[in-house]
Amino acid sequence: MEKEIRLMKGNEALAMAAIRYGADAYFGYPITPQSEVLETLMAEQPWETTGMVVLQAESEVSSINMVYGAAAAGKVVLTSSSSPGISLMCEGLSYIAASELPALVINVMRGGPGLGTIQPSQADYFQATKGGGHGDYHFIVLAPSSVQEMCDFVGLGWDLAFKYRTPAMILADGVVGQMMEKVVLPPQRPRHTDEEVRQRCPWAAMGRTPDRGRNVVTSLELDSAKMEVNNERFQATYRQIEANEVRFETYGTEDCDYLIVAFGSIARISQKAVELARKEGIKIGIIRPITLWPFPHDEVKRLASKSKGVLVVELNAGQMIEDVRLAVNGTVKVEHYGRLGGIVPTPDEILDAFKEKIYQK
Amino acid sequence: MKKEIIIAGFGGQGVLSMGKILAYSGLMEDKEVTWMPAYGPEQRGGTANVTVIISEEKISSPILNAYDVVIALNQQSLDKFECKVKPGGILIYDNYGIHHAPTRTDINVYNVAAMDASLEMQNSKSYNMIILGALLKVCPVVTLESVLLGLKKSLPERHHHLIPMNEQAILKGMELIK
Repeated sequence: MEKEIRLMKGNEALAMAAIRYGADAYFGYPITPQSEVLETLMAEQPWETTGMVVLQAESEVSSINMVYGAAAAGKVVLTSSSSPGISLMCEGLSYIAASELPALVINVMRGGPGLGTIQPSQADYFQATKGGGHGDYHFIVLAPSSVQEMCDFVGLGWDLAFKYRTPAMILADGVVGQMMEKVVLPPQRPRHTDEEVRQRCPWAAMGRTPDRGRNVVTSLELDSAKMEVNNERFQATYRQIEANEVRFETYGTEDCDYLIVAFGSIARISQKAVELARKEGIKIGIIRPITLWPFPHDEVKRLASKSKGVLVVELNAGQMIEDVRLAVNGTVKVEHYGRLGGIVPTPDEILDAFKEKIYQK
Repeated sequence: MKKEIIIAGFGGQGVLSMGKILAYSGLMEDKEVTWMPAYGPEQRGGTANVTVIISEEKISSPILNAYDVVIALNQQSLDKFECKVKPGGILIYDNYGIHHAPTRTDINVYNVAAMDASLEMQNSKSYNMIILGALLKVCPVVTLESVLLGLKKSLPERHHHLIPMNEQAILKGMELIK
């Protein structure tokens, strides 16, 4: 079959990918800079073709609880929002994680805190990777840096979510959401039949059958001894994810003297800074964590150990740098360059920051 | 060959859609393309700009500090982006409504009277296509055939009757470059 190549915004690619990967339902509430997700779904009318449900809920709190309900029935379900909306969803996310349910949540970050600005940001790194909601939980966090990855990570996110029975998040920013690039769309994956759902999700609450007991989906367990066992099971899953699912990409690290760590769109802007630096004879390499949780500690540590210094570039005041410093553990100088409130640095601003903070002539 | 282009002007001049057509045309030639709009409050405040990168190879940053080609369609855009043309690069502007003409001598500057031409054609909507024609003449980053194919692919069928008018406007823009 001929590949289907389209020119699309990142947000539009998310929506198309959701349909193509056989989503059963999308629940969401519009917010800039990701409103095109809901707009595209409404324009595509997948309920006429695949039978996918697309519903604008009355708020983000409703959206995430609709996701919770659909996930409990073994459905392939997603929601999307931007920073303030994700804050509203954090309670529901904790419940979904505690109920060991697969779901996909997309955050196209904007500048905060508060209602903030509609411009790009990466200031929700802590919220995404360290919790957000209450309790000892994690979910898989994927950080796309291209429109193609926006598309691909929808499928990857669901695959991982179902494999480990945990929510997965796509943590994007306004740049990746709003820019248009070439994207190869996947072929249409059929939605699962009820019989297939019963097979692959034996835990799903979709009506009791004579051959098994009642499936109960809940995050509540008043017996502390049992709740500790539950928590140990969650933690065992997290250790498995950490062992198996770390993803990253490197650029120019074969011969570099210095290292930049950056994720999402900023990794690409940093790559341009590296291209400029190499013209001046300064060899910088980049590692781009693709999974922010689990974080690529080992690879960051390995690459940092052969570098003279590490610059962490983020659209925040210094969040991922904490994970980089944990990985590096004081063996190399690690500095931060961040822009705040929706400002995106240009490649030469990144290079200037590198020269000021890291480079030794 | 990689071309890094920014198109800037008033909202409503067709800046974003011209960029989109350019990106589509690159796609028709199986090139890598990135289209990055300023989508924030500046878009709502009257000026709009879009960065378009067309390349044979994978594109790194969608955000740039210098451009091979700057197309500046109002005074604010000219003031902001004239200094960001790479030495030896191209600056295209329309003298209509411009009080301070560009002053750099290390770049190639083209004044394209697209507003006058579109009024002459009695079709103000052809404005951005005239500019696109001028661009294709001084910097053939994509072929005219690819542009027409891109228009056909990106426009819904009910608008296909407008393609000949767009082609005319592009040819007019090419003529305006002496």
